[in-house]
Amino acid sequence: MKTETRTSLGVGASAPRPDGALKVAGAFAYASDLWLDGMLWGATLRSPHPSAWIRSIDVGPALALPGVFAVLTHEDVPGAKFYGLEHADQPVLAVDQVRYQGEPVAIVAADHPETARRAAAAVVVEYEVRAAVTDARRAALDPACPLVHPGGNVVRHQPVRAGSAGSGAEVVVTGEYEVGMQDQAFLGPEAGLAVPADDGGVDLYVATQWLHVDRDQIAPCLALPEDKVRLTLAGVGGAFGAREDLSMQIHASMLALRTGRPVKIVYGREESFFGHVHRHPAWMRYEHGATADGRLVYVKAEIVLDGGAYCSSSPAVVGNAASLGVGPYEVENVWIDAYAAYTNNPPCGAMRGFGAVQACYAYESQMDRLAAACGLSPVEIRVRNAVSQGSRLATGQVIDSPAPLAAMLGELAAMPLPGPPAYAPSGSRRQGGSGARARGMIGTREEPDPRRLPGGVGRTTRGEGVRRGVGYGVGIKNICFSEGFDDYSTARVRVELLGGEPHALVHTAAAEVGQGLVAVQAQIARTELGVDRVTVAPADTSVGSAGSSSASRQSYVTGGAVKAACEAVRRRLEALAAADPGLSLGELLDRYGPVEETREYRHRPTVPLDPVTGQGDSHTQLALCVHRAVVDVDVELGLVKVVELAAVQDVGRILNPLALEGQIHGGSAQGLGLALLEEIQMRDGRVLNPSFTDYLIPTILDMPPMRLSILENPDPNAPYGLRGAGEPPTLSSTPAVAAAVRAATGLALPRVPIRPEDIALAHTG
Amino acid sequence: MSEETTRYLVTLVVNGVVREAAVPARRLLSDFLRHDLGLTGTHVGCEHGVCGACTVLLDGEPVRSCLTFAVTVDGHEVTTVEGLAGDNELSPVQRAFTECHGLQCGFCTPGFLCAVTAFLRDNPAPTEEEALEAVSGNLCRCTGYQNIIKAVHRAAEIQAETQGRPEDRGGRA
Amino acid sequence: MDFLRPATWEDALAMKAARPDATPIQGGTDVMVEINLDKGRPTALLDLNPVAELSRWSWTAGPAPMLRVGAGVTYTRLIAELGGWLPGLAQASRTVGSPQIRNRGTLVGNLGAASPAGDGHPPLLASGALVEAESVRGTRLIPIGEFYMGVKRNALEGDELIRAVHVPPAAGPQCFAKVGTRNAMVIAVCSFAVALDLRARRAGTGIGSAAPTPRRAHAAEEFLAGELDWDGAGPVDPALARRFGELVAEAAAPIDDVRGRADYRRHALAVMARRALGWAWAEREV
Repeated sequence: MKTETRTSLGVGASAPRPDGALKVAGAFAYASDLWLDGMLWGATLRSPHPSAWIRSIDVGPALALPGVFAVLTHEDVPGAKFYGLEHADQPVLAVDQVRYQGEPVAIVAADHPETARRAAAAVVVEYEVRAAVTDARRAALDPACPLVHPGGNVVRHQPVRAGSAGSGAEVVVTGEYEVGMQDQAFLGPEAGLAVPADDGGVDLYVATQWLHVDRDQIAPCLALPEDKVRLTLAGVGGAFGAREDLSMQIHASMLALRTGRPVKIVYGREESFFGHVHRHPAWMRYEHGATADGRLVYVKAEIVLDGGAYCSSSPAVVGNAASLGVGPYEVENVWIDAYAAYTNNPPCGAMRGFGAVQACYAYESQMDRLAAACGLSPVEIRVRNAVSQGSRLATGQVIDSPAPLAAMLGELAAMPLPGPPAYAPSGSRRQGGSGARARGMIGTREEPDPRRLPGGVGRTTRGEGVRRGVGYGVGIKNICFSEGFDDYSTARVRVELLGGEPHALVHTAAAEVGQGLVAVQAQIARTELGVDRVTVAPADTSVGSAGSSSASRQSYVTGGAVKAACEAVRRRLEALAAADPGLSLGELLDRYGPVEETREYRHRPTVPLDPVTGQGDSHTQLALCVHRAVVDVDVELGLVKVVELAAVQDVGRILNPLALEGQIHGGSAQGLGLALLEEIQMRDGRVLNPSFTDYLIPTILDMPPMRLSILENPDPNAPYGLRGAGEPPTLSSTPAVAAAVRAATGLALPRVPIRPEDIALAHTG
Repeated sequence: MSEETTRYLVTLVVNGVVREAAVPARRLLSDFLRHDLGLTGTHVGCEHGVCGACTVLLDGEPVRSCLTFAVTVDGHEVTTVEGLAGDNELSPVQRAFTECHGLQCGFCTPGFLCAVTAFLRDNPAPTEEEALEAVSGNLCRCTGYQNIIKAVHRAAEIQAETQGRPEDRGGRA
Repeated sequence: MDFLRPATWEDALAMKAARPDATPIQGGTDVMVEINLDKGRPTALLDLNPVAELSRWSWTAGPAPMLRVGAGVTYTRLIAELGGWLPGLAQASRTVGSPQIRNRGTLVGNLGAASPAGDGHPPLLASGALVEAESVRGTRLIPIGEFYMGVKRNALEGDELIRAVHVPPAAGPQCFAKVGTRNAMVIAVCSFAVALDLRARRAGTGIGSAAPTPRRAHAAEEFLAGELDWDGAGPVDPALARRFGELVAEAAAPIDDVRGRADYRRHALAVMARRALGWAWAEREV
């Protein structure tokens, strides 16, 4: 048998997405598109208060509305009343009190979505409002602060202690930094369809990141055994961490079981802002000590993350902020305290970059300050302190695979810079531009094209006040789950003859959320089996867990599982071939029938950080990305046009070049958004801007052209030597953009997102 | 059904086919397409006209279907993403988005495809700035837009290569 | 929610007289945002789309003809067909929402909604437009400066509809500038329009998103009429431009909100007004 043939769309090729044709045809079924005859629509009543006792709930007026089939409260939760990723502290429906604005209080099923919404609004809830705890620093550090949960307000405190504190530095820089609350802002709001089953269980079709951990949380609340809660992944409209926690899963299931009918719940955009966790806002104080020539002597940091009302994944976020809190730099003496605190703000949890983003913004800001204090360039200060293979992190963990940060910075700095600011009108115009020009709307002889300037078509400048700035950012991100988590994935691979041709079926529970894993799974099967025709089966819970589509881990872990299952299949085929030499694969399959194997894959084990010293090999893989941002800032108006983003990332091994570039582009854009635009604005525990009108994500006119260099220094411990790639660019683009704006303005700008007034009013005193 | 009882007969030519349904005045064009006609390719991402995922072509021009009541466009022609392809093959814009990896989760894609189809019909060889502005009314959270802008230019190329083949031209029915 | 669908303008006026609670709808891009966000649910919609005459524009009669822009003329058409005569309005229209919104949305819809952030208001104020309001009782022309009554309130009576807006063609350079936090598809943090009338030797101004209503900067206009050297060659005197900017900022009464702070809005208006005057002045010789 011959399996060595490299198929054209195997590992390393830009294999097209198998779901691409459906998606461009409008035929791909997202969770919000699901439809069953006779289904009901669910709606959720949410608390208007960030903190209140519930004195009474009267569902009568809602039940009285025609078309309403069920109105449920916490009393109707069949099993456990609480759930959660790490601690089950979040009520399925509020029990006697609410701890954040938007907390679900009651759920309704009706025959029309509008009726369901009206019925939810008709539920009468009597609240006794209490003062909200909204300052995470106070919650974490002030013993007099009221408690959000009886066990205390500190979700986790993780110290990191290495070397000795504060010795022998010639240059010291300090800074306080803040990161606002960012939203994942996927385009397809939360949705799912729960179908009651004949066996008393429920079949749930849902857009999620991790089917099995959903099931682990849903089943106890429904008082059902796991095998009666079956999940199938519906089409997912983006995730970025926001679908790692449950949203409508238990609610729809409860309503379906109660009414005996399928129940669909689809959030609108405003509800989506209340319906998922956000990126932790952070307050950080850093002190860096260095020698006069810019070599780090010590780093002290205090990092306070606002966990919001419930635990979610805050403990793991703290672990990342602490363990990666100094960044990819060699420093012997480290003193870090990272906290997450409960408050009455919205719960915060997973978002792309997961704790490493906030710290990266602060330590990179510090590195720029240190560069200035030492009279070094931003690139040079980073090169002098850069980690490499063999370096020891603050946690004592040694980086045991390539980490060529200095070389990456060198390559980045050597990339050509974009041309001068667009004060002059755009030059050559291609055929077809004349129509717009005739309308008098494009830059005239006097006016440069406004689309190239800060302020865009708002036409706020023709070059006045515009200053160019260049900034650098470096980030280090752990790949896969850390701190002793049993992080594995399962793959089932079956090879058989279909229509006379060998065909491979790959089945995992891994969630395709847009990142392109379906393509990668098929590529791996083609490469390992030498079979061109590969189908990736829909993800569901009839196969073992694949773990979460987060932590940049699926190519690594599920990729590893698919590879392992393919290898097992191949070994069996080779054994058959040895017994029956001379037969082709097709002939073998024809003679012996289908071959199927299932394998679990685990990455190297990790250990929890020591709770006192923060020491331990807590991560299995570390990934680097570096960004350079070039911006034009209208310093008088505070408006910013990012002119170019350049990035160098080491991914170990490229599995799919086009898909990989897409990940780096998208991650960089989200980092840019955090630097300049994106913040859920809060006042007294209330969200002020839960809409796309006022929560601004970058448009195509905000996102500049990108220049990429992707390196392949393999990690010998990972499948194909690959290194997870989705998150690192989200880390480093934020500080790079912020640094560029600082370079253009000369301002400290200690908070992201940088708002126009931070620049414009600082300049006018 | 318990929703409002006064209903209005709405007749549209959707993707070249006459479609009809009796709906309340409140029915959004997006909901009319998705729920009443079962054309779920048109997506709703924000319900207030910002994200652009619900973009369809109304008499050939891109509009937000979430900001249009079905009753107000009675008698008009609508092209949705389901109507962009020819009989047996994807349109140049659809092909370009798949070739260039101009989508990831794909939720925003139908809106981009409709907007770009109309844009390239009117401006078959756009400049960089024109192409950027043409899709500046559509949000994408996955791609960072790099491959989307490549796809716009690639679609223009494919369109130019295949000109004279009317089945490849989306937009005005 | 009732749906009223007049076939003619006369039908529309009769329906509005019978149902003063009805909300007129054209492109829907303002009305429907409110409805979809559950901020207001009208009891009735009056769909003006079938009234074909509203989608036309024409010139008014008389010694100083104005452009009469029908209530159904979309931003896209305004930019393409009227941009040469109404450059300030065309620049403002181009910043409205997205291409898709501009294909449906209308300038008159902006007037009906009377949001202080509407992009069309400042150039209308700067040009001295007239709102043609009509009811079964008759027609009146409301000077634009008297049209805006409060946040999202205008001077229309319950039975009145806007049939058109009359805008004088540019009598000199016009500039519009709008600060938004994002480079596209953004509601104004604040905006400013200036229109020079070189024959009358005066300048019109309009301020958006920096007071409960769009408003003119009267003192700034008077300052220019009196102090600008209308016969002078070369660029505008920087000190004069700065003073003009200050007077524009002083005319504003902004608030702090999620889109920006009041002090930033004042500052940005001063900067935009100073710059816009300089651009307009420089363009007069082109």
